[in-house]
Amino acid sequence: MHEDEHGLEGRGGDARSAQQLDARAVVCAVPDPELPYVTLGDLGVVAAVHEDGYTRSVRVELTPTYLGCPATEVIQRDVENALLDAGWRSVAVVLRFDPPWTPERISATGRAKLAAEGVAPPPRMRPAGHTPVPVFVELGGVRAEVPCPRCGAAQTERLSAFGPAPCQELRRCTACLEPFPAIKSSPVRLR
Amino acid sequence: MNRGLAQDTHTQGFRPVEKPVEEYALRLGDDALVLSHRLTEWLTRAPDLEEEVALANIALDLLGQARFLLGFAGQSTAQDENLLAFRRGERDYRNALITELPNGDFGHTVIRLLFFSVYQRALYRALAGSADTALAAFAGKALTEVEYHVEYAAGWAVRLGDGTEESHDRAAAAVAQLWPYTAELFSSDELVGALAAEGVAADPAVLHAEWSEQVESVLARATLGVAPTTTWRPGGGRRGLHTEALGYLLAEMQSVHRAHPGAAW
Repeated sequence: MHEDEHGLEGRGGDARSAQQLDARAVVCAVPDPELPYVTLGDLGVVAAVHEDGYTRSVRVELTPTYLGCPATEVIQRDVENALLDAGWRSVAVVLRFDPPWTPERISATGRAKLAAEGVAPPPRMRPAGHTPVPVFVELGGVRAEVPCPRCGAAQTERLSAFGPAPCQELRRCTACLEPFPAIKSSPVRLR
Repeated sequence: MNRGLAQDTHTQGFRPVEKPVEEYALRLGDDALVLSHRLTEWLTRAPDLEEEVALANIALDLLGQARFLLGFAGQSTAQDENLLAFRRGERDYRNALITELPNGDFGHTVIRLLFFSVYQRALYRALAGSADTALAAFAGKALTEVEYHVEYAAGWAVRLGDGTEESHDRAAAAVAQLWPYTAELFSSDELVGALAAEGVAADPAVLHAEWSEQVESVLARATLGVAPTTTWRPGGGRRGLHTEALGYLLAEMQSVHRAHPGAAW
């Protein structure tokens, strides 16, 4: 049984031969093709891993960051190869959207790795009593401040809502003036 | 089906989808696919690098939506998203006309994206509570992405509309041209009515009320005035009746697949 930290179920088989490495660990250790310093486990895209030790088969359910992310197909292939290399005989990798991936699914380790590489991790938001609601089309959707991953200054500005990957935006630090990519956060309106 | 004298063998592999909810998904998926293609036409032509990256990202999001929706649409007939995208002629496409109109200037693209993404946001917000759980999960996911499209389009609409005389006039011309086409996004028919009654589809009337309020608020901020009043409401896309522009779009989009049958993207 493998429960992910977000409370998703995973129904595992019983017996696992010595040659077959723990499937969830294998999947979680696969590096992201676009951000190779973080793993799929760090990113929080692994929704569930179902092992059947008897037939040596695994079913992996991934929750992709963005629907059209071109890395998704590479990730599916990488996961399949990693599991086959680890001794599993039959592997199915499927996508699911429920629950949807959100930046909050990135682990503490993942956040630290991103920051170390100059990619600002998503800001911690969701203060108590504030539920995220979609911003109105007015421009003033409130997004939490994103600190500069290089100098740590709190004040940064957005250069573009779209960046090098679907899950990233481009920002610039108003203190050290360095531009940097940041993981997109969901817009929230605080009231 | 009569396609004229010359039979297009390439599009003969397609069979109509079966379930009403699949036809509904086909409409929404075609909207996303066709507008995605229009947006990718901006690659190497956008006003600056940031806008090119932005438009490409939005196009990619829409393509991701289309992949799910077309895959969903083809389930009962065992047709995958590639077959539905690449082996249908324009008479079998179900997109609304506004998505297929040829690109104009950047202002035209911004205004179209404003109209469409505000519509999609209302749509997906409603569908996130759909009785169809697969559709609901997808809509909840897509909604987070569409928020960014709305923000982008609304931001540029205000900058252009409330910008120079030139940018204002171009944005205003786009509003005047595109406004009549928005009605089709909210048109209902027997299929939508029945699905809405079952709690599967979104009620177009409810969507329209939400859309009007939000779009008119942006237009006001953009000094683009109130929405034009017109009784001309072009439509027909949901029944496969399109402008001449769609055939050219599909010819380009499907050219690789025609040259290399079976190729997947």
